[in-house]
Amino acid sequence: MVLVLADNSSGEFKKPALEVVTYGKKVADMLSCDCIALVIGSSNNPGVLGQYGANKVVTVEDDNLEKFDSQTYTSAIAQVAEKLDAKVIIVGHNSTGKSIVGRLAAKMDAGVISGAKALPSTSDGFIINKNVFSGKGVVSYSLDTDVKVISLMGNSIQPEKLGESVTAESITCEIPAPKTTVLERKTVSGTVPLPEAELVVSAGRGMGSPDNWGMIEEMADILGATTACSRPVADTGWRPHHEHVGQTGVAIRPNLYIAIGISGAIQHLAGVSSSKVIVVINKDSEAPFFKNADYGVVGDLFDVVPKLNIALKEFKAQNN
Amino acid sequence: MKILVCVSKTPETTANINFTNNNTEFDTNGVSFIMNPYDEWYALVRALELTESAGGTVTIVNVGPAANDAVIKKGLAIGAKDAVRIDAEPSSSLFVAKQIAAYAKSEGFDIILTGKESIDYNGSLVGGMIAELLDLPFISYASSLEVEGTTATLNREIEGGTEVLQVETPFVVSAAKGMAEQRIPNMRGIMMAKKKPLAIVPAISAEDKEKVVEFQVVEKDRAIKMINPEDMAELVRLLHEESKVI
Repeated sequence: MVLVLADNSSGEFKKPALEVVTYGKKVADMLSCDCIALVIGSSNNPGVLGQYGANKVVTVEDDNLEKFDSQTYTSAIAQVAEKLDAKVIIVGHNSTGKSIVGRLAAKMDAGVISGAKALPSTSDGFIINKNVFSGKGVVSYSLDTDVKVISLMGNSIQPEKLGESVTAESITCEIPAPKTTVLERKTVSGTVPLPEAELVVSAGRGMGSPDNWGMIEEMADILGATTACSRPVADTGWRPHHEHVGQTGVAIRPNLYIAIGISGAIQHLAGVSSSKVIVVINKDSEAPFFKNADYGVVGDLFDVVPKLNIALKEFKAQNN
Repeated sequence: MKILVCVSKTPETTANINFTNNNTEFDTNGVSFIMNPYDEWYALVRALELTESAGGTVTIVNVGPAANDAVIKKGLAIGAKDAVRIDAEPSSSLFVAKQIAAYAKSEGFDIILTGKESIDYNGSLVGGMIAELLDLPFISYASSLEVEGTTATLNREIEGGTEVLQVETPFVVSAAKGMAEQRIPNMRGIMMAKKKPLAIVPAISAEDKEKVVEFQVVEKDRAIKMINPEDMAELVRLLHEESKVI
């Protein structure tokens, strides 16, 4: 049986949770078994996960599970996995998943892949791929332990309606008191977080000054995109650290990445090379980014970006 | 305060990535190596800052062959008091975690730090594995770490924001950007590193639970289409009709 953790630590089932359920269902189909979605803590209508492919939904609620803690969550998942005889345990490779995937693998002495980017191949064993060397390479791993643990990279699979809503069942577990105390969760509401973003507008040193970012934010607004930046402008404080995409920043996999005034150093590319489509706007025709782009515009960004914003606005107006 | 910083050796950030031995191994020919940036700039530096203000010691541990000693010594030059190298190839995350956990078990560390992930295998696994093997709390992707006595306050990166939490020592934490600023070792640090202990410890027996079938280099084949800067409507049209991303 395949057990997936449908993360709702933000208070709702966001796209990553639905991705994991769809993925889990497809893996379960390959292994001719059921996919069971596990929800930890209270949630709104957990049965809806059945629509994304869960044959069953189980919930575990406990005072000790009210706030996220890597030990309590790992304990809950391991107990449910054992009770239901799960052979594959799947979490999303997000902040929750990254806190528990290592713990689960160690606890169950299991083969583990963190950041899987596609479905496994199960025709001859269990072989699964992930990116390595910050996106410059791909590795295929073979897992043959009795239990396998996987964390799924965001945006690797699209959620699909594969079934019907089900009635969630609750399971009781012995949960130890958490040793961490969560004081608060501060989120910037309104924008899709970068690791989950499908559309990203990014800018770098070519912008000249932090005061010029209005047109970048405007483009993001028109597109419903998330803003990002290169390392130098995060380091000088022009943009917040969490916008920095690159080898030592956030790695993203959007459908569209628009890079404005960014030269395209290798370390920056490492964070964005998994983007489906890359657009580069730069006044230097020799900028290395042009060798790693699908569409390029050589021009002064202070001319080009406002013109692109106008064209995008017109497009949105015609297509809505 | 006794702090352990777990470090790994990685290719430097602009290294050419190639594979050898039937594509089952990373090709080290012509490659320069560094300490994983997250381990060096964030985990190690923050550990040193904490012991500089509150007293204590920082120990570096690495799982690897003798070729790793140069990288470990850089950590000593930056300021760690001593280092331990567990003499074995770091063949998988769980193997490495088991080695470090076996070493750390009876050493009484208050805090065990790793980088958030290594830039070669991008596992983000070892910290959580060590925590589970030692039955300790684990905070991943922490962008800040403050300690008052035995109580630590951390900021953890979550989607679209930050979670602020507290935990008592001992615990394990993986360090993300924001926790500290890179330190360049000075001449004095480099000289002193030569006298600092680097103990070589035998590995315990442990199996790899995953096997590499094959590595592949990612071929970047984006055939660029140049667009006239005066014709942004054309770019928009292509994004919509050709690549269908808007």
